Amino acid sequence: MKIHKYDTVIVGAGGAGMRAAIEATKRSRTAVLTKLYPTRSHTGAAQGGMAAALANVEEDNWEWHTFDTVKGGDYLVDQDAAEILAKEAIDSVLDLEKMGLPFNRTPDGTIDQRRFGGHSRNHGEAPVRRSCYAADRTGHMILQTLYQNCVKEGVEFFNEFYVLDQLITEVDGVKKSAGVVAYELATGEIHVFQAKAVIYASGGCGKFFKVTSNAHTLTGDGQAAVYRRGLPLEDMEFFQFHPTGIWRMGILLTEGARGEGGILRNKDGERFMEKYAPVMKDLASRDVVSRSIYTEIREGRGCGPEGDHVYLDLTHLPPEQLDAKLPDITEFARTYLGIEPYTDPIPIQPTAHYAMGGIPTNVEGEVLADNTTVVPGLYAAGEVACVSVHGANRLGTNSLLDINVFGRRAGIAAAEYSATADFVELPEDPAKLVQEQVERLRTATGSERVTEIRKELQETMDANVMVFRTEQTIKTAVEKIGELRERYLNVSIQDKGKRFNTDLLEAIELGNLLDLAEVMAVSALARKESRGGHYREDYPNRDDVNFMRHTMAYREVGDDGAESIRLDYKPVVQTRYQPMERKY
Amino acid sequence: MATPTLDKAAEAGQPEPGFADSPYITVTFRIRRFNPEVSEEASWQDFQLEIDPKERVLDALHKIKWELDGSLTFRRSCAHGICGSDAMRINGRNRLACKTLIKDINPEKPITVEAIKGLTVLKDLVVDMEPFFQAYRDVMPFLITTGNEPTRERRQSAEDRERFDDTTKCILCAACTSSCPVFWNDGQYFGPAAIVNAHRFIFDSRDEGGEQRLEILNDKDGVWRCRTTFNCSEACPRGIEVTKAIQEVKRALITRRF
Ligand SMILES: Cc1cc2nc3c(=O)[nH]c(=O)nc-3n(C[C@H](O)[C@H](O)[C@H](O)COP(=O)(O)OP(=O)(O)OC[C@H]3O[C@@H](n4cnc5c(N)ncnc54)[C@H](O)[C@@H]3O)c2cc1C
Ligand code: SF4
Ligand code: FES
Repeated sequence: MKIHKYDTVIVGAGGAGMRAAIEATKRSRTAVLTKLYPTRSHTGAAQGGMAAALANVEEDNWEWHTFDTVKGGDYLVDQDAAEILAKEAIDSVLDLEKMGLPFNRTPDGTIDQRRFGGHSRNHGEAPVRRSCYAADRTGHMILQTLYQNCVKEGVEFFNEFYVLDQLITEVDGVKKSAGVVAYELATGEIHVFQAKAVIYASGGCGKFFKVTSNAHTLTGDGQAAVYRRGLPLEDMEFFQFHPTGIWRMGILLTEGARGEGGILRNKDGERFMEKYAPVMKDLASRDVVSRSIYTEIREGRGCGPEGDHVYLDLTHLPPEQLDAKLPDITEFARTYLGIEPYTDPIPIQPTAHYAMGGIPTNVEGEVLADNTTVVPGLYAAGEVACVSVHGANRLGTNSLLDINVFGRRAGIAAAEYSATADFVELPEDPAKLVQEQVERLRTATGSERVTEIRKELQETMDANVMVFRTEQTIKTAVEKIGELRERYLNVSIQDKGKRFNTDLLEAIELGNLLDLAEVMAVSALARKESRGGHYREDYPNRDDVNFMRHTMAYREVGDDGAESIRLDYKPVVQTRYQPMERKY
Repeated sequence: MATPTLDKAAEAGQPEPGFADSPYITVTFRIRRFNPEVSEEASWQDFQLEIDPKERVLDALHKIKWELDGSLTFRRSCAHGICGSDAMRINGRNRLACKTLIKDINPEKPITVEAIKGLTVLKDLVVDMEPFFQAYRDVMPFLITTGNEPTRERRQSAEDRERFDDTTKCILCAACTSSCPVFWNDGQYFGPAAIVNAHRFIFDSRDEGGEQRLEILNDKDGVWRCRTTFNCSEACPRGIEVTKAIQEVKRALITRRF
């Protein structure tokens, strides 16, 4: 075991982690621990764009953007945070441009903007061009640009280090962050990083679903690490299902395709979104479109022999426009489906995409131990966190924005904290939990296999807690997850070595997914209403009287060692906007 | 509403494009194994799989790892050609495992899979990427400007933006560099990927560090080592015209215009 000491430690090198690192490195001795090489992070997969009311191509302002964000989130958004997001969006895009990001340009050389779902002019009047983009590889360009600037600033990375535990020490009755424990992939060695401030920027957890746009590595390690140490997770029942994933594979086809004029059609060729969202049509918010697609499929208007998908039709768009604006996704259709999007429509279905919930923070990125108390020295930003700017449903292009705005804020806040704070003493035997976990898996002889449990988990999640949920389906999921968690205790792996043991890490990642899936299902069961991405067929309406509040889930361990989940609730911050019915 | 393309397939009773019924076939994967914890020698190992040929080579590797041999080791993340984790030599050519469909690489014969060349193999398909990233960092891959920052964005015309569009697509997968015979013989050579990323800035109208970067690439291990074998362009999974970018950098060095 090795011990390292840094002022600030950042967990994750996607957009949020690197944006934080650029700030933190200037102000404090900083280390970034990342399980992937920074440029492999899933921010690079983002296609469509980043929202900011630059008003480069038409009238726009941050207040309209705030409203759309609040409405898009079905009023579960904390409005103070949404206002910061929309206001700081403008500088955040300009900062990236100055760092070198090659945005697409307007004829007069400014940053070009395009339409995206749920973004409107003047509180829902009509779609507005607010998304700043670089072809359909905006996330790739953000990730590259941030990495380039990390190289420039000399940011210190520990690549292929997996953070597996959060260290917390109680000082005078206050829980403080003391550091993290990491596993080095190349050698199998365990490292303790003592740090005054720790920032989690470890991304989402979509891999508990089968059909998903998320990378294999998005297994919620950060959420699980803090949850296991008794800290809460907020709004985990809210997961976004993106309408246009490639049929069966889940690979994302950006909403930008519809922003450019693409149309969804059922088996009769009908543009069905006209029925469900007469104004915004194909560009209504994602939860609305995903439900509409499944309604078409359930009512027998789905395409293909099994009627289990619909079409994204781009055939009426000029090939030059597809080449210039959507080169990557048209290539996905060619590579993975053998389909030519110039002439043929693309089979799609909703795909599990984005975790609205996560580690609760305030607007400075400080992690909360309950509804109000912060954990000194602990920060989170990006998809792992819940500020909450996305509420019950995130608008497209607001996450690339979130990682930049709140990544930057967390980086500054953490470094300023570590400039004056003292190191907190490490708990006794700090690596104990991870050492035991690794040793147990390496020597286990049980009959259960990681693959089988993961497959069953993903199948139950897709079947029971996806776009449509009922008490019955969620209960089925809770029960199944419970059974899988039991079986997980009996799991064994084949690779017993130390060097690059990805067999071992997949087993650990599965443990994280199981914990988070359970939190998600239990939170969903208790929310007896429909709001944003959480749709209960048995409670199809939003219920502001009883459920205009955030869920806070805590892990409890009884005296007998039995684990359970305790749910609590936190009020939503409302400033300008009173909840209204959401129509598109 | 006319959507002839939808109806055409349905009327003719044909399966949808790309989704013809496809029975599983048996495919042999011949994988170059190496694990110094077990043996200092690398060796080939065959695995037979029943698999849908429309699946990716990455799917096959997962099937092997998850069902047959958990110790098989490779890097991967996004599974759709965007993160650059899984460049490997498949049937003797560098490709991304997640962007290569089995049906496209003659599954009747054993499919060989081995680590990319020119970088030290650490375990099975995993190589040491550090020298590759070091060469990238050495070309100063970030925007260099002087003077005061503007308050708004820097202006750039669509044409100027187009000038370096191709080289912004790079995902740093190393398929190009590790397919280059010059790099195999001399690991000191910057390699195509580093030059591609230098190109991305040299030809960016906002950048003022072109001269510095050209000096770096004028070095004995720089662009002049390139023998124009085109391996790199063929290997690039992002379709970047790598050789053309290197030629443009060479030309800029001669004319000092860019
Ligand atoms: C296909 C796709 C398209 C999208 N398109 C858009 C879009 O157009 N606009 C938009 O606004 N949003 C989009 N999103 C959402 C957005 O891209 C993501 O939410 C956002 O990029 C997440 O960034 P992040 O920095 O939080 O996490 P990530 O980029 O996922 O990075 C996570 C980092 O954490 C590290 N990590 C994880 N676990 C550990 C661990 N245990 N130890 C150490 N390190 C760890 C990883 O190595 C990685 O570096 C899209 C998402 C997907 C999947
Ligand atoms: S130029 Fe192409 S092959 Fe080379 S590293 Fe970049 S993406 Fe990979
Ligand atoms: S797994 Fe990301 S490029 Fe292949």
